[in-house]
Amino acid sequence: MSRDDFTRFGALLRVSMLETLAYRGQMLVWVLTSTMPLIMLALFGAVAAEAPLGRYGPSDLVAYFLATFIVRQLTSSWVSWQINAEVQDGTLAMRLLRPVHPLLAYAADGLAALPLRVVVSIPVAVILLASSGARKLPADPWIWLLFAASIAGAWLISLFVSCGIGALAFFLESSTKVMDLWLAAFFVFSGYLIPVDLFPPHLRAALDYLPFRYQIGLPVELLTGAHGRAEGLALVARQWMFVAAAGTLMLTLWRRGVARFAAYGG
Amino acid sequence: MTRYARLLLLQLRASVVLAAQYRADFLLDGAIEIVWTSTALAPLLVAFQGRAAIAGWSFGEALCVLGFFTLLQAVLEGAINPSLVAVVQHIRKGTLDFVLLKPADAQFLVSTARFHPWRSINVVTAGVLFVLSFRALGRAPGAADCALALVFFTTAVTGLYSLWLLVVCTAFHAVKIDNAADLMNAVFDAARWPSSVFRGAVRFVVTFVVPLALMTTVPARALLGKLDLATALAAIAGAVVLAGASRWAWTRSLASYTSASS
Repeated sequence: MSRDDFTRFGALLRVSMLETLAYRGQMLVWVLTSTMPLIMLALFGAVAAEAPLGRYGPSDLVAYFLATFIVRQLTSSWVSWQINAEVQDGTLAMRLLRPVHPLLAYAADGLAALPLRVVVSIPVAVILLASSGARKLPADPWIWLLFAASIAGAWLISLFVSCGIGALAFFLESSTKVMDLWLAAFFVFSGYLIPVDLFPPHLRAALDYLPFRYQIGLPVELLTGAHGRAEGLALVARQWMFVAAAGTLMLTLWRRGVARFAAYGG
Repeated sequence: MTRYARLLLLQLRASVVLAAQYRADFLLDGAIEIVWTSTALAPLLVAFQGRAAIAGWSFGEALCVLGFFTLLQAVLEGAINPSLVAVVQHIRKGTLDFVLLKPADAQFLVSTARFHPWRSINVVTAGVLFVLSFRALGRAPGAADCALALVFFTTAVTGLYSLWLLVVCTAFHAVKIDNAADLMNAVFDAARWPSSVFRGAVRFVVTFVVPLALMTTVPARALLGKLDLATALAAIAGAVVLAGASRWAWTRSLASYTSASS
């Protein structure tokens, strides 16, 4: 990226932030739609009330699912639907004319929503601290650093996958159903609905080689102190390999796709 | 009454003809719905690993609740949501005027305007869940229980429909409400477990504020032959109150409707 690109990105970020602020009510409703961690907490909490579930007692589960809520708020991406809509109605043509790469604009959109999502996550974070006590959180500053890296990595994987599936719309007319299938797999295998270490061992081993658990499970596990330094570092390194792979795949799809774009309807 | 039955048939036929143009969607939607059902099944399988019961429900019984959840989702996605999303659009664009001019009850017309038959594939998934449920229980449901379950499934659909209609009424007052349906879906997601897994304030909410217990746990109890009289009466009363309240809200909202174009 050149210096000009940075200036443009800054401007885009400002515009997107103002937009988010203007439609804050709608954003709040979107945040409220992520009830799933709480629904899961109810089920697994009822289970753990009788006897611990794997390594999880009731307070571990509260910490786990509240952390899941926060991580999901910070790392979700909805670009895929946006790209689909813009490819279908042809408005993507306007973006392509601008002197800045559309993918940067999408990234700015996602990034701009973060401050508001952080604000919404604060009460949940407070409950997390108050309910399970600070003892569930890691004391080692290096783990906090790894957690920050894992959040960035998770955000990038979500963005790249969402953009990549969005770019499939260039080939398929609509790729929202592909995104639906991806989301279903993501829900089950990422640790969003079920902590990854509760899966049967062979399935758990397979999940190490799929991108899903690096999107939710890894940051949540780091935040709830499930990993030591060496283990955490190895997992974050593996996560960033997925970031690189998803980025490369997405860029290839995007380049080939844009070449086919006919801006029908625009 | 026969006039309304004929109208319903006409509206249904129009939707089926429309849907028949997109036959490929059937397979794709079907596949996606089945995958989504597995997102509800997977946590249950994990939770019941090595235990006989959770909050007083065995695995087979919890599957029965999940069956009703899936069945109601089929109704919701196939029959309730499409029409109500259409009303929200009508209200925003002002085209609700054309519906109001027609010589039939407006609530009936908007509620039956669109069906997505392909989305009802979950009826089949629900059937499979019921079979699995009673296989796990090692018995078949009794005939009387089936009839009772049908009654309470009807009250569940009534309750769900009324709740959604109340959301639609807010569209008369709020400008941008397209994601309110998503919010309701997110809340309805909590109906996938037996209501007794919820505790404290959440339990109060799912029983009285948004009566999700009425929608899945009560019909499941009926089918399992475990419904007590007090719960049954409360469920019926709840559905009647909700239906009355939503009808009242609808007439009130219509009275304040001023059309978007003027």
